[in-house]
Amino acid sequence: MWPTILIASGAAYALKLIGYVVPQRWLDTPLSRRITALIPIALLSALIGIWTFVDGQSIGIDARVPGVLAALIALLLRAPFLVVIVTAAAVTAIVRALGWLP
Amino acid sequence: MTMEHRRAILGDALALGVGTGVYAISFGALAVAAGLSAWQAQALSLLMFTGASQFALIAVVASGGSAAVAIATSTLVGTRNAFYAFAMAPVLDARGPRRLLAAQATIDESTGMAARYEGDRDSARLAFWATAGAIYVLWNLGTLIGALGAGLVEDPNAFGLDAAAPAAFLALVWPRLTSWPMRAVAIVSLVLAVALSPFIGAGLPVLVAGAGGIVVGLALGARVREGGA
Repeated sequence: MWPTILIASGAAYALKLIGYVVPQRWLDTPLSRRITALIPIALLSALIGIWTFVDGQSIGIDARVPGVLAALIALLLRAPFLVVIVTAAAVTAIVRALGWLP
Repeated sequence: MTMEHRRAILGDALALGVGTGVYAISFGALAVAAGLSAWQAQALSLLMFTGASQFALIAVVASGGSAAVAIATSTLVGTRNAFYAFAMAPVLDARGPRRLLAAQATIDESTGMAARYEGDRDSARLAFWATAGAIYVLWNLGTLIGALGAGLVEDPNAFGLDAAAPAAFLALVWPRLTSWPMRAVAIVSLVLAVALSPFIGAGLPVLVAGAGGIVVGLALGARVREGGA
């Protein structure tokens, strides 16, 4: 496990460093700027989907779904970051404790 | 920069740190549940320090994936940090040892906070470093609590912490979904990732879905405000 952790951490750091050492002009085209701008939204949205609806490799509805829906409502009500997270966790915990969803 | 403005930035950074620390508890507990020791969980938070990659790595380990797949998956998930770094380089103008530190501090939250102060370099720098600092401390503290407490609680998910991570990422993406093409990018990526999950395992759905979302976004002419990435 340790080699996995150290190699993966080294690769993660290398990726972070690359952006600070490559010459700015390399990625300075309109298309690459547009792609760069979309990358975080696309990848984070994909992660939201997996962490809400996927368990292992199976799709399903469990207590995370009402939690994330509650977070969405909190965002619509312009709640601050911390309130959004706590709301999601609390709703998921309550739904689970009541045995409504696993 | 006025004292009040400074205090507002530091307050936001601290709030993000606390929120992130909450789901670090979940990370620590899940890492131990996946078979890592508490030290190994802590090493990931100290050295890797990029939440999505850390979660991706332990998800592969928990599902019995090989070391090569675990490394490849976490690395692919962390690829976006290279683009964040590229965007932050001219803002931070970090040199020498500071540049090495800036690299480690480059994550979703620090970049996102700095992007809110576009055109105000002093504020952007303060937001970047304060957010990264607050999250580094609280992310590692949360990991420690989660990893050590994992044995005490039969099911860490009883506290709903598994919903904290997607909620936090939703909160990060939310301010950027200001136009329909951008919303299309998010929805296509989300739906595609879920739909692909039963067929391709170990982190690949995120990348394939993300690529699909970006293609749709480019086709629809999605634009983020300059520097809003």
